[in-house]
Amino acid sequence: MAVAAITQYEFAPLDSVEKFHGNQLLYIGWEDHLLFCAPFALPFPPAMRFGDIVTGVLPGCFGYHPDFARIDWAKAEWFKSGKPWQPDFGKSLAENGLGHKDVIRFRTPGLNGIAGSSS
Amino acid sequence: MDMHAPKKKLGLKEKYQVMTRGLDWEPSYQKKEDIYPYATYEGIKIHDWDKWEDPFRLTMDAYWKYQAEKERKLYAIIDAYAQSNGHLNVTDARYLNTVKLFLTGVSPLEYMAHRGFAHVGRQFPGAGPRVACLMQSLDEIRHAQTQIHALSNYNKHYNGLHEFRHMHDRVWYLSVPKSFFDDAITAGPFEFMIAIGFSFEYVLTNLLFVPFVSGAAYNGDMGTMTFGFSAQSDEARHMTLGLEVIKFILEQDPDNLPIVQRWIDKWTWRGYRVLTLVAMMMDYMLPKRTMSWKEAWEVYFEENGGALFKDLARYGIKIPKCAETIALEKDHLSHQAWGTFYNYGAAAAFHTWVPEKDEMDWLAAKYPDSFDKYYRPRLEYWREQAAQGKRFYNKTLPMLCQTCQIPMLFTEPGDPTKICYREVDYKGGKYHFCSDHCKEIFEHEPEKYVQSWLPVHQIYQGNCFPEGTDPTAEGFDPLAAVLQYYHLEFGRDNLDFEGSEDQKNFETWRGQATKNV
Repeated sequence: MAVAAITQYEFAPLDSVEKFHGNQLLYIGWEDHLLFCAPFALPFPPAMRFGDIVTGVLPGCFGYHPDFARIDWAKAEWFKSGKPWQPDFGKSLAENGLGHKDVIRFRTPGLNGIAGSSS
Repeated sequence: MDMHAPKKKLGLKEKYQVMTRGLDWEPSYQKKEDIYPYATYEGIKIHDWDKWEDPFRLTMDAYWKYQAEKERKLYAIIDAYAQSNGHLNVTDARYLNTVKLFLTGVSPLEYMAHRGFAHVGRQFPGAGPRVACLMQSLDEIRHAQTQIHALSNYNKHYNGLHEFRHMHDRVWYLSVPKSFFDDAITAGPFEFMIAIGFSFEYVLTNLLFVPFVSGAAYNGDMGTMTFGFSAQSDEARHMTLGLEVIKFILEQDPDNLPIVQRWIDKWTWRGYRVLTLVAMMMDYMLPKRTMSWKEAWEVYFEENGGALFKDLARYGIKIPKCAETIALEKDHLSHQAWGTFYNYGAAAAFHTWVPEKDEMDWLAAKYPDSFDKYYRPRLEYWREQAAQGKRFYNKTLPMLCQTCQIPMLFTEPGDPTKICYREVDYKGGKYHFCSDHCKEIFEHEPEKYVQSWLPVHQIYQGNCFPEGTDPTAEGFDPLAAVLQYYHLEFGRDNLDFEGSEDQKNFETWRGQATKNV
């Protein structure tokens, strides 16, 4: 459907990639850990290595949680737009097929939040 | 032109006729569609504006008289409250944070309502609805002013109230109420009336004003309580207008039904998402609770709203389909919302805290199916950590919903352990939503919502720092710069209530007022 309008109604989206100074947005959520109230939005250059995000950025985002130190990344399950997905830690975001405003989540089997409450 | 002089003393009905519709005229040298350019493009068909039933026969002269009388009473009470240091009689200084939320989040909407009704009051081709909208427009600016005046007294003593208007256009969580109203006033006049006049004023207003006004009464805030009562008789008039509008539109043409139904579905959901702030206020921010959010929703929407939609069924209107989702969220909404503000307490213009033990017990009693299982462990963990000096402040910005602009904090309908993610590809771009309903609203008018000013994305684009800031400079602190841009003073307006200046001052001043120190 289109907006009902008195004349042509077309405007550029406010969040197109060229407005982010060489970065693209990536949204990252940790399943079953709602102590963090919502997934995070983060700006990264497309050439950044995926593994550098996991080792260099995620600790600052999720490290407060006691489960974080117990994560075995080899066992983590990944999802992109809700569908199972396998990242290559050695490759860049772009090489992993991650574009502007993609959303990924990870599940850490066996770790279910504070007192198993998904917190 | 023949002038027909009316009799000297007119009856009420006659006077109304003369002073409203009698002032209207048929244009002779301009086309009607040029004078009312927005009257048809939304697809609503009106055949006879004279069929409009005036829900209240109020004329301007009587309007001024009633309102002036109310103003006199209101300001006498506000003055007495201020002069007797009434602020020291509130239950607990934590209460003041509800006042901050109201002033920054709601009062600016009253002003926008004033503008919106002034606009549609100009654009409707019928004289009856024009007069009704004019009066509501004046009511709304009066509400904005009385709220600002009543609450300005608190600004003399407490933090976080000093820049409410500046903050409303900038602070991340205030983009939720702001974008809600911006969406409404940028719609056509008919959609505005269904959005604000019907869905908000009629269906949802009790869930906004009753909690704040009775919350004020329960917590000793006479100033807020008084402006609430002063607005009450206006609200009754607004509700009548909202209902009359919808009946009039539906009676005019059967083609109007699907358009109106879609607006009701959209605006009930948009309004409900804004009420997330009210839900957490009721369950977490009032030291003396009135009722739980869940109870309020059951009384004011499920019972009262249910009766309303039964009444509208004869026009073919159905209860908005989002009501089913809302019913699944009512055990979770306030807890998830308060958790979010606790997370981002360093970037909010009010204080946050973990509820006391007796408050958690109240929450467990009101939410037996959800609180102890999902939310108490989270809150108790935060309390333990804070006691060890590790109060949690989330420093990474959250993902937001493109439509309601709330962080993606809502869980899947029926599964409170999983965040609800929805997405749409549109013209090569990705857009994300908190729910099926926000997604559907976007899909219907994507051109509108691709323009959403999402605070998180704006920060990353570099648009939320004070002028002249160099984000590439060494030691640049983005959070500090954003707070400066908000006019929010770190360590005073934000962070935990425990240890705040508000807490200390209130304790000292109340001590001076009640003890011989």
